[in-house]
Amino acid sequence: MTLARADRPQRSPAASRATATATADARDARRRRLRGRLTTWAFVAPLVLYLAAFYLYPLYRNVDLSLHHYTVRSFVDGDAPFSGLDNFRQVLGDPTFWPALRNTMVFTLVSIALQYGAGLALAVFFNRRFRLSGLLRALFLIPWLLPLIVSSSTWAWLLNSESGLVNFGLHLVGVAPVDWLTSPAWALNSVILANIWIGIPFNLVILHSGLQNIPADLYEAASLDGANAWQQFRRITFPLLRPVSAIVLLLGFVYTLKVFDLIWIMTKGGPGDSSTTLATWSYRLGFGSLLPQFGPGAAVGNILILIALVFGLLYIRVQRRQEA
Amino acid sequence: MRHLPRTLLAAALAGAALAAVAACSSGSGSASTAGSGSGGSTYTFWDPYPQFDASSNWGKTVAACGTTAGVTIKRTGMDTTDLGNKALLAAQQGNAPDVMLVDNPVVSTLVSAGILNKTTDLGLDTSAIQKNIIGAGTVDGAAYGVPIGANTLALYYNKNVLKAAGVDPASVKDWASLTAALQKVKAAGKKGITFSAIGTEEGSFQFLPWFWGASGDLTKLNNAHGVAALSLWKSWVSQGLAPNDVLQNTQTTSWQEFATGSYAFGENGTWQLGNAAKAGFPYGVISIPGQNGGSAPAPTGGEFVTVPVQKDNSRYATDKKIVDCLISAQNLLATDTTLSYVAPTAEVQTQQVQANPALKPWVDAVAAARGRTSDGLGTKYPVISQQLWTAVQSALSGSQNPQAALDAAQQAVANHQG
Repeated sequence: MTLARADRPQRSPAASRATATATADARDARRRRLRGRLTTWAFVAPLVLYLAAFYLYPLYRNVDLSLHHYTVRSFVDGDAPFSGLDNFRQVLGDPTFWPALRNTMVFTLVSIALQYGAGLALAVFFNRRFRLSGLLRALFLIPWLLPLIVSSSTWAWLLNSESGLVNFGLHLVGVAPVDWLTSPAWALNSVILANIWIGIPFNLVILHSGLQNIPADLYEAASLDGANAWQQFRRITFPLLRPVSAIVLLLGFVYTLKVFDLIWIMTKGGPGDSSTTLATWSYRLGFGSLLPQFGPGAAVGNILILIALVFGLLYIRVQRRQEA
Repeated sequence: MRHLPRTLLAAALAGAALAAVAACSSGSGSASTAGSGSGGSTYTFWDPYPQFDASSNWGKTVAACGTTAGVTIKRTGMDTTDLGNKALLAAQQGNAPDVMLVDNPVVSTLVSAGILNKTTDLGLDTSAIQKNIIGAGTVDGAAYGVPIGANTLALYYNKNVLKAAGVDPASVKDWASLTAALQKVKAAGKKGITFSAIGTEEGSFQFLPWFWGASGDLTKLNNAHGVAALSLWKSWVSQGLAPNDVLQNTQTTSWQEFATGSYAFGENGTWQLGNAAKAGFPYGVISIPGQNGGSAPAPTGGEFVTVPVQKDNSRYATDKKIVDCLISAQNLLATDTTLSYVAPTAEVQTQQVQANPALKPWVDAVAAARGRTSDGLGTKYPVISQQLWTAVQSALSGSQNPQAALDAAQQAVANHQG
């Protein structure tokens, strides 16, 4: 798109020069223009094709699925009757909907708040260069590098009520075992805990690079003025980090909203609906039983996309206001 | 003119990208022609045994059956829950495999999708198959597949643990005596019983013997019989006779718990016999008791060989040859020995028991077992089962009492069907 805009200025002088004396020139210019446009499209085409194949089409299919009444037979034959918003109505009226929405919000907001807090604290800590800080920082990246299935299974094993390491530790200090993953009171907290652990490195890395962009002389000037460490953080670090924080929080929100594998591996959304989020519910509807309910499953997926979209727009608005 | 090479380069790049996209799509396209095209000598075969590769006995049996039928078989093994979804997607895109082995409760779903052929239309002979086993793949009186073998559930017990606790396994005849035995074991410092109550089909599968053992009715989940069964499990978990992590146990992890040697009983299936021999302690098997004595009906497990609908009718003749080969007495014996299953025909069962007398109780258990989708339940079963395992999870985790959990389940089933 930038390409198309960039060659526009060239075009208008070429067009204005189209006088009778320079027809050959004009033809030449037109040919060049055409070629320029072709080049533009040749560069843009792969991206457009990619977006259409991997974003637009799935999105269209998902909306299409959520607006039809699919049974297994009509899914195969492709003749599902149009059902308007019936699937959405069914989903909204389902007893799982409100718990799932609440769990999604708690899961997302608590995860982000604590991930961001821990990430920021660690980033500030690592910003003061000390011996082995590079190595330690690299170690903190491990949760990010591990495949989700490995880290989630490990957490599930650690938190197992009978043979888990965490309960063994509690036993050693004389605390009664906790049913981390199998009690309705604890299941959501346990998956949030695991998700925070996985999300800290992302926050740490981005915030750390943001910190390095803050000029050191600001801190120098501040300390000359007698500002203490907290005042420096409060008046310099935090405000100057705001643009980076905004993008970290937005990305964190979108990533966390759609977390599925972690919860599915650790609790399958259970027991009951106590750790079910919209993402796991959508999967459960579509693929969790022997008889798939594609329509309602897709409807839940669309609701999830809408929520992400609302926050995306909110971010853009906040950013515009900051720039203005 | 200096621009020309660059334009060409860009065009070439775009072309290459297009070609790559086209190659991807034609990649799946060629798979579809292999699946349903005419005259191809490659036949596709799907099964839920990803644990067996081409060099395994099962892989060799499948390949040999292709050779017998005069074709090459391209076999793909995938996870059992994946298989049903993949089959639906493949059928939608018109590239269903030629022959497919699916878990028995999936058959009725695939039939309702209209993607399986009747065994009678293919000319397959199923007269020797036990009625209760083929029942799981029978819809409106017509069979849509042939069971390759059957398995079911029973109680494995650890002889050492029972001896130490002074429990005679022969004394376990009903729920009361079983619970009394578990209490004795717990008093002796060992652990009672482990099973799988996970929130998937496995959880329902494991709960059904108790549910049916109390004369529970899948169409009325919340009647007193169903509540009695769920209350039994609930009381075991709350008294510590069964561990709390049954809520997360798959049948495999439940087996691993039993194999630690500290549990008296483990509810598990025929397929664990091979592992039981390796467990390192003497074990025995009793059938799951009914509430008031006798053996409870357990659900049948095991896979069916099915032939999905093809556009090209000419492939069915070869498909039939492949299926006939797989269900020949000789291959059934080999396959069911490999899988540690009970054969679906009396003839092969006799041979199995001759070779391994320990299979006798399992053959009896299979004979008394019930199909989950039998009795006209068909595609109602998956809906009921999902609510059933949800109720089990709610009750055992303490979020609802058994009656309330089953009431909610019955209500959800009614909403779904209404």
